[in-house]
Amino acid sequence: MSIDIETARRVAKLARIKVEDDHLPDLAQEFNNILGFIEQLNEVDVEGVEPMTSVTPMRLKRRTDEVTDGGMQDRILANAPDAREGFFAVPKVVE
Amino acid sequence: MLDLSYESPAPKVIAGAKHDWELVIGLEVHAQIASKAKLFSGASTQFGAEPNSNVAFVDAAMPGMLPVINEFCVEQAVRTGLGLKAQINLRSAFDRKNYFYPDLPQGYQISQLYHPIVGEGEVLVNMAPGIARRVRIERIHMEQDAGKSIHDMDPTMSFVDLNRTGVALMEIVSRPDIRGPEEAAAYVVKLRQILRYLGTCDGNMQNGNLRADVNVSVCRPGDYEKYQETQDFSHLGTRCEIKNMNSMRFIQQAIDYEARRQIAILEDGGSVVQETRLYDPDKGETRSMRSKEEAHDYRYFPCPDLLPLEIEQGWVDDIQANLPELPDEKRARFVTEYGVTEYDADVLTADVESGHYFDEVAKGRDGKLAANWVINELFGRLKKEDHGIADSPVSAAQLGGILDLIAKGDISGKIAKDLFEIVYTEGGDPAQIVEDRGMRQVTDTGAIEAAVDKIIAENPAQVEKAKQNPKLAGWFVGQVMKATGGKANPKAVNEIVAAKLAG
Repeated sequence: MSIDIETARRVAKLARIKVEDDHLPDLAQEFNNILGFIEQLNEVDVEGVEPMTSVTPMRLKRRTDEVTDGGMQDRILANAPDAREGFFAVPKVVE
Repeated sequence: MLDLSYESPAPKVIAGAKHDWELVIGLEVHAQIASKAKLFSGASTQFGAEPNSNVAFVDAAMPGMLPVINEFCVEQAVRTGLGLKAQINLRSAFDRKNYFYPDLPQGYQISQLYHPIVGEGEVLVNMAPGIARRVRIERIHMEQDAGKSIHDMDPTMSFVDLNRTGVALMEIVSRPDIRGPEEAAAYVVKLRQILRYLGTCDGNMQNGNLRADVNVSVCRPGDYEKYQETQDFSHLGTRCEIKNMNSMRFIQQAIDYEARRQIAILEDGGSVVQETRLYDPDKGETRSMRSKEEAHDYRYFPCPDLLPLEIEQGWVDDIQANLPELPDEKRARFVTEYGVTEYDADVLTADVESGHYFDEVAKGRDGKLAANWVINELFGRLKKEDHGIADSPVSAAQLGGILDLIAKGDISGKIAKDLFEIVYTEGGDPAQIVEDRGMRQVTDTGAIEAAVDKIIAENPAQVEKAKQNPKLAGWFVGQVMKATGGKANPKAVNEIVAAKLAG
C-alpha cells in the first residue's frame, strides 16, 4: 500500500492538523516509510502467538464505584478560551 | 414448566404503488449503566447537576490523565449479558473510535469494537398471547458517553457540558430480526423491562438513559427468508440508520416514514444510499445528517491506555447465581403457579414492583382472584390518581387481608370494594375495619330466611309473577340485599329465595 498526496491530505484533515500543500509530498513519503517498516514486520510468522499487551504480567487496574472526583467546575473551565454560565462556549456547531 | 411455545408474528407488509414490501429492522440500544461513578473516572453520574461539575480531569482529557475502569460497570455489563442469555467473553479489550466534536474532549470515544465483553444472546419480544418474536442479540459492548452540546442558548456559540462525558454505556446490538415498527417498539419495551429487572440501567428514556439507533431497510416478500437461510445480507436492501431516538412513539413513526421513503425511491427506479439520518418529530420525517463521508472514518485502534479486560469464570458464575427472576420466567410462573391468563401475567410483570406485589398478594390465595383485584381494583385506582405501584397506599399485606375476608365468607365482593376504598383512603387493618364498622356479611341462614320471608309476605303480587317467571327471583335477592345493607351472603340469599319461591 502506498500513500499518495491526497491520502496524506485526508489523514491530516481527519487529525485536524494543518499541513501546507508544499509539505504534503514529504508527509506522504514519511507515511510510506512507516508503512514500509510495518510491511517488513508483517513478514514475521506470528501464527498462534498471542499479541503481547504488556511487558510485565499486569492485570487491568480497576476502581470501585465511588464518587471520588469532580465538583470543580472552575478548574475544569480554567483553560477554556471561552466559558459562559458554567459551560464551555465554542463556535456554533450545527448538524 | 417454563417452556411456553410461541409463534412468530407476521411481518408488516407495506403496499407500494407497484408491489408489496417488507421491512427489516435492527436496533442499537444505548443503555446507561446505573453506576454512581463514570466508566473510567471517579466523577459522579448524577443527572441534572450544575454544568461541568461532574467532571474529572480524565473526562476533560487533560494531558497525562489515565483511565481506570469501574469494576461495578463491568459487572453490570456481564449481568446484562447473562440476563439476555448471552455468551460472556472472559477476555475483552478497548479500542479508540476517533472523531472530532466539541463535546468529545479526548477526540476519541473508548469503546469495544473488536473484542466486546458480551457476545450472542436473545430477547423474546411478546406481541400477543402465544405470539412472540425471538430477536437475536449480536453483541453488547461497553463505551463512554459523550458530553452535551446546547445550540440554542446563544446565536453564535454552542455551549458544552461535559457532565455526561465518560458515563458508562452498554451498546446492545440486535440482529436484523425485527419486522415492523410495532415490533421495534415492543423490542425496546422488552429490553428496557429486562434491564430494569436486572437493575443494570434505570431505563429512563426522557433523561436519555436509554436511546436507540434504528437500522431500517426494505425488501420484497421472500427475500428475508433467503437471508435467514443463508445469513447473506445481499438478499436484503440497503439500510439507513436513524440516530438517537428516545421515545417508543418516535421509533415507530420514524421507521414507518423511513420505509415509505425508501420504497418510493426504489419504485421510482432509484437506489437507497446507505447513510445516517435524523428523525424530526415536528415534521414527522427523517432527513440526512449532512456529515461529510470522512466523519465516519473512525480509524479504530486498540486503546493503548488500557490493558485487555480479563474476568474469571467464577466471578461470572457468582453473578449468574444472583440473577433475579426475569420477566419471561416470572410471567410463565404466574401462569402455571397462579393460573392467571397470559395477558394478566403480562400486566403483572410489566415492572419489578408490580410482580413483587402480586406475588405477595397471591401467595397461598386464589391466584385469579388476586390478579383480578391487583389489576382491576388496585391498578385502576392508582391510575386514576396517576400513581405508580410504589406509591400504593394499600400494601400487599392489606390487600391480601381483604382477599382473606372474601375467602372466609366474612364479606361479599361488593362490600370488599367498599372496604378496599376505606383501606385506600384511610389505611388500617382490613379485618379490624370490618369488625369495627359492622361490615361482616350475614351468613346466618336464620336471619336471611327471616328477611326473605318478610319480603315475600309483603309482596304477594311479585311472588305470583316470580312463580311464572323464575328470572324475577333476582328482584327478591336485590330487596333482601337492600334490607340487610348489602351484608347478606349473596350465595345464601340466592339459594333461600329460590327455595322459598319454589315452595
